Amino acid sequence: MTPELNSYPRLAPGCRLNESTASRSQGEKTQQPRTLLMPERALRLNGPSLEIVERCDGKHTVQQIVTELQKIYSEAAPEKVELDILGYLGLLHDRRALDFDIA
Amino acid sequence: MNSGIPNPLALIAELTHRCPLHCVYCSNPLELQARSNELSTEEWSRVFREAADSGVLQADFTGGEPLARPDLIELVRAARAAGLYVSLITSGLPLDEARLGTLVEAGLDHIQLSFQAAREELANEICGTVAHAQKLRVLDWLKRHRVAVTLNFVIHRRNIDQIAEMLALAESSCATRVEFANVQYYGWAFANREHLLPTREQLARSVEFLKRAEERLRGKIRVEFVVPDYYAKFPKACMGGWGRKLILVTPSGEALPCHAAQVIPGLRFENVKEHGLREIWKNSEAFQKFRGEEWMQEPCKSCDRREQDFGGCRCQAFLLAGDAAATDPVCSLAPQRSKVDAILAQIILPPAAETPVKPSWIHRPNPA
Repeated sequence: MTPELNSYPRLAPGCRLNESTASRSQGEKTQQPRTLLMPERALRLNGPSLEIVERCDGKHTVQQIVTELQKIYSEAAPEKVELDILGYLGLLHDRRALDFDIA
Repeated sequence: MNSGIPNPLALIAELTHRCPLHCVYCSNPLELQARSNELSTEEWSRVFREAADSGVLQADFTGGEPLARPDLIELVRAARAAGLYVSLITSGLPLDEARLGTLVEAGLDHIQLSFQAAREELANEICGTVAHAQKLRVLDWLKRHRVAVTLNFVIHRRNIDQIAEMLALAESSCATRVEFANVQYYGWAFANREHLLPTREQLARSVEFLKRAEERLRGKIRVEFVVPDYYAKFPKACMGGWGRKLILVTPSGEALPCHAAQVIPGLRFENVKEHGLREIWKNSEAFQKFRGEEWMQEPCKSCDRREQDFGGCRCQAFLLAGDAAATDPVCSLAPQRSKVDAILAQIILPPAAETPVKPSWIHRPNPA
């Protein structure tokens, strides 16, 4: 599926980012690799995939996510950034990790 | 973690062997642990922290029936506090909506609710008790709680022709995932095997149906299907490879590479009461035994698929070939494949006109 630009992507129930730091048994805090956790699966995120998922909070529209990432990745062609984001959101939706709220 | 051993990704926490259901294919061992041997709340909480320290991301609370533990909410909180994703694999008994709400509030991420069939009479026959109506109530409550829901159907000869009705039940619910998992033949299922194996025709019809369903439901429900490996050409990569991804802790604290590992004679399992989880994962003899390729025999040793399926399942190799290091006999290349073919040759359905006779099931009991 291709997401609508004016919809609000939101992580589905039971899908969430892991905490960025974890307390170890010994007491110290360590940086954790960011991961999207979902039933029976985990997706390691970095760079653009993390930038996208962090914005899937039900408050950003797809269009806003596209605009913000085009600024962050200003050296890439804007159409390419948009296509990549739509593709990635569609993939997460097919994996049932994402719902799209309509305004 | 160093030494080339990958981190475990998931902890299978068998919180108890107690269970209100008596399913004829239960994956628990024939020797069930009594309540008096179960790990305490504090011991489990330590195991969750040690698991997270070792790289584990997800904890699957299973059993028996995890709801039989009165401290389940504390265990969910402890696993979440350790940074784990928490799944509850449950029959839905004993549960009421208030307890469900408390579990979700405590941080439960995902509920996998089991159904034995689409229709009550067969469902109750398989689980040896009256459970189906309660499961339907739980499914209704779940619509009002923010938690991921998977429906799980264990598939076998008696219910495989009801798959369309099972899928309809999933579609009418809030589940985003549905599993049709054919029985795997260990433990109680091995004892009931002759009544559980589907015919080749039944299997082919179900695969065809589920392929279409997967396509139709893309973006709505993830449809997942596990075939009975007796009918497969190549074995399953059991547990993602021995000691590669998963660690299971039994109700009494023994750490195993898989559910059935205790059937293999001569393997010694360490207990989390005496050793840290990371140490067990890295160094224990049982986890080391079938890591890598050293232990492999031909045809696995020189097979192109050895890094895909790791020679299949060690427990099945022992159960069917009498040698845990043999090529899994379900593999079409295995020297012992004829044993599996002989078992399949016995699987014949009665003519459709005859009323099926209820098999003489061996039901799993409830431990003390």
